[in-house]
Amino acid sequence: MARAHETEANHAFKVQNLTKTYGEGHSAVHALRGADLEIGDGEIVVLLGPSGSGKSTLLNILGGLDRASSGTVQFRDQNLTNMDDRALTNYRRRHVGFVFQFYNLMPSLTARENVELVTEISENPITAERALELVGLTKRIDHFPAQLSGGEQQRVAIARAVAKQPDVLFCDEPTGALDSATGRAVLRVIQDVNEVLGTTVLLITHAAAMAAMADRVIHFADGQIKKVELNKNRVSAEEIHW
Amino acid sequence: MTPLHAKLMRDLWRIKAQAAAIMVVIAIGVALQIMMSGFVSSLTLTRDAYYERHQLADVFASVVRAPNYVESRLADIPGIRTVETRLNSRASAKVDTREFSISMQVLSLPLHGRRHLNEVRLTQGRLPYAQRPDEILLLESFATAHSIVPGTRLEVTLNGVRRWYNVVGTAQSPEFIYFAAPGEFIPDDARFGVIWMGRPALAAALDLEGAFNEALVSLLRGANKDAVLDQIDQVLDPFGAPGSYGLEDFPSDRFLSEEISGLEVTSSTVPPVFMLVAAFLLYIVTSRMITAEREEIGLVRAFGYSKREVASHYLELALFIAVTGAALGCLLGVLLGRAMVPVYTTYYKLPFLLFRLEFASFASGMLLSIAVATLGGVWALRGIFRLTPSEAMRPPTPPDFSHSISFKKGVFARLDQPTRMVLRRLMRQPWRMLGAVIGIASGMALSLAMLIIYDGFDVAIDRTFNVVDRSDATVSFVRNVPLRTIYDLKRMEGISRAEPVRFVPVVFRNGLRTYKGSITGLSPAPVLHRALDKDLRPIALPERGIVLSTPLADELDVQVGDTLMLEIREGRQQTVMTQVAGIAESLLGAPAYMDLAALGQQIGEPDRFSAAYISMRDGWQSKVYADLKDMPAVAGISLRSEAEEAFQRVMDEGAGSARFVMGVMAFAITFGIVYNVARVAQDESARDLASLRVLGFRHSEAAFVLLGELAVVVLLALPLGLWMGTGLSHLIAQGFSTDLYQVPVVFAPKAYGSSISVVVFAAGFSGWLVQRKIRSSDITLALKTRE
Repeated sequence: MARAHETEANHAFKVQNLTKTYGEGHSAVHALRGADLEIGDGEIVVLLGPSGSGKSTLLNILGGLDRASSGTVQFRDQNLTNMDDRALTNYRRRHVGFVFQFYNLMPSLTARENVELVTEISENPITAERALELVGLTKRIDHFPAQLSGGEQQRVAIARAVAKQPDVLFCDEPTGALDSATGRAVLRVIQDVNEVLGTTVLLITHAAAMAAMADRVIHFADGQIKKVELNKNRVSAEEIHW
Repeated sequence: MTPLHAKLMRDLWRIKAQAAAIMVVIAIGVALQIMMSGFVSSLTLTRDAYYERHQLADVFASVVRAPNYVESRLADIPGIRTVETRLNSRASAKVDTREFSISMQVLSLPLHGRRHLNEVRLTQGRLPYAQRPDEILLLESFATAHSIVPGTRLEVTLNGVRRWYNVVGTAQSPEFIYFAAPGEFIPDDARFGVIWMGRPALAAALDLEGAFNEALVSLLRGANKDAVLDQIDQVLDPFGAPGSYGLEDFPSDRFLSEEISGLEVTSSTVPPVFMLVAAFLLYIVTSRMITAEREEIGLVRAFGYSKREVASHYLELALFIAVTGAALGCLLGVLLGRAMVPVYTTYYKLPFLLFRLEFASFASGMLLSIAVATLGGVWALRGIFRLTPSEAMRPPTPPDFSHSISFKKGVFARLDQPTRMVLRRLMRQPWRMLGAVIGIASGMALSLAMLIIYDGFDVAIDRTFNVVDRSDATVSFVRNVPLRTIYDLKRMEGISRAEPVRFVPVVFRNGLRTYKGSITGLSPAPVLHRALDKDLRPIALPERGIVLSTPLADELDVQVGDTLMLEIREGRQQTVMTQVAGIAESLLGAPAYMDLAALGQQIGEPDRFSAAYISMRDGWQSKVYADLKDMPAVAGISLRSEAEEAFQRVMDEGAGSARFVMGVMAFAITFGIVYNVARVAQDESARDLASLRVLGFRHSEAAFVLLGELAVVVLLALPLGLWMGTGLSHLIAQGFSTDLYQVPVVFAPKAYGSSISVVVFAAGFSGWLVQRKIRSSDITLALKTRE
């Protein structure tokens, strides 16, 4: 699979000299110190690095959850850097899906309803049933989060994220709260989404082994991108061990 | 400072807005309690001391004319300590500032040294000298209203004779703490006054030498008052006595006593509502804090802190809020109390009135607030006692909604997901929702009820002055005048209509129920002053029988068709039986109506009347006043517009500030509840709200999930508040209504409208504050942290 090379001309993201500073003066924290990056459409990108290395900050900025202090971020032909709050909300609504370490499901909604929460406000969604089928949860469709295991909850979260057919799927430690078998199943789902729907995936992890499933691996340290690796031989999720 | 205390202070700072909202609710409750119970004791003590020092009589008995020797027969009645007699009459006075005479009461003043009953309290100048018949003492409030100082001369018409008198002093009297012009019940200092003068001079003016027309009696401790009253009536009956009565029926005392008991009732019912609301708020705030700090609780417990120590930490927080609120309330209560003193002294003429801070109510306010904090706190703290340290340190399982409604069928299937979230969250914590709904409804009910009552007063004014009484003025005569006098009035230029009326004192009896009142005799088909049924249609007075007003019929427990005994206290003093022919609506006093001619026949003194209702042509008023002044039989004129203005003035002053206070109260409660429930709900659902924002929901869409919950609570509270407020207004109206005046409960759209707006505004304001907080919260942070 040489997807990275095929899609080089179609950039999902183009990041130039991106910085992010929290606070001012002596207490200022430089979370990102000038990142440059290009991510192709349809790629799986894994962001690796220790805590506080800037990967979550980059993910938040690319996901439209936060704004950069300087530099530019281009999503296809849109410039995220200049967007106001409303435009960022629209960006998230149209183009972005999120999966988090702690699932963030609405406890008061069933699995189906959690997915419908998103399809109701999307322009071109697949049905909740189809999304849950994609993550293999057809049988537990009317269960509330409290009735689901951690892995099942994370699969609902993925179904919710992909149901709108987003252009990009952001996953922040999606397996962080799961045992490795369940984690692999979740990664399989993410990989399926990428392959079936062609969704670009950005995945943050502490587990270096996951780099094997990526087209592109970005190494972070001290708020900077230290290294970008291209992986021409992606492996399937089942083969990953950590 | 221990680490836990440092944490306490930081926690308080973090929830400062919520804590402040709860403190305000407690402060209002305590302030009302302090103020009202302070006035109960201030007014009671001042009244009792005043009565005691100036020896206010226990019993009053008037007669037409009784020779002085009768006094000693009264003194022989067992149970009587002292008897004094005096002269009591009506007069009119002319002052420069007014076109027509003012109705006055004239009392004889004993001028020798020993202590007397109903002693006056000299406020300026001196008492009249016995040998100076032209010297008088004037009621202080009347003198002040007309800027009359000792040394001024005053023109007084007494028993038809006009004379000039020298005002030598001004005085107050325990008899006149609360007083109004005859036939009215709202005080107007300028339109009613009292003159005291030496008894010889007054006796000469009234042709009552060697006689008296009023006896004042003080009783021995433990005397049987009813028995004494009966015996006094037996002794005085031959001298034209309308019946003796005790101090409790004396108008001034009744108004004051009813004010005090009203305050007592209010102080024991209204503040607890605030305290219960505060307990509820402390409960939800403390329990939220305990849920959020579960892991910390587990940690400090693991360090070796006992459950008691951990629990007392949270209890201290609740106590700090409650006690600070109570302390604020005490301060506010004292300030309010002090500010209210001039309001009371405007209507109640007491020699002094100091607002007393009752230590007991201060202590009870503090204790109550501590109880409230403990109630709210301990309820929430049950959670701590159930947890073991290891359990506490484990994150709580996600809230289980598996038992909630499925929304799969019918209209529910069409609900969008945010709406489902709102409904399921509400149903998951029904007690919290119910508490919030009842709390808001109670605050709303309190203010709504008072607003309805005030609207009722407005209706009472309008009905009394524009529907029942449509005259421009009432002309009263010094004695009953023959019917032809009405033609004299009608012939006067400027008078367009004149109708005779006769007031006859009477004792109504139905079995054991008795009422001392009077009958109003009206001419057939009157226009200016009418008896009206409950639909406000005029009642044609029958040739036989009597029409009673509702309060009187209630007091006597009679209905149309029942027979009633009348002891007529005028003329031949007969006792007759008569039938109740109808019930008339009345909001002022407890009148009874009869046909004028039939009443005259009954008394054996036909074709006479005691006053006349007149209407005047525009621009002729001055001429009419001048002409009436020349009629010696005229005792006084009372203008309807002035009585209405006095009433309206009191209502505007009182109601204006009361409406404001009620609005503030409802606002404080609603705001306190909505803001606290919203903040707690926001805390609880911070992650959900952040997730919604991440999923692409706009601020307003995410806020809907939180505020929708509150909107439902408020929407449920509104009808409940309206219902409770209306019910409460009936209770208050019943409590306020006496035979002196009745408070109608009317449909009051304005009151409904304003109480709804206050609640909606308070809810909207707190919603806006919370929504602002949602807007400024960092959505990425909430996603990282775990509950």
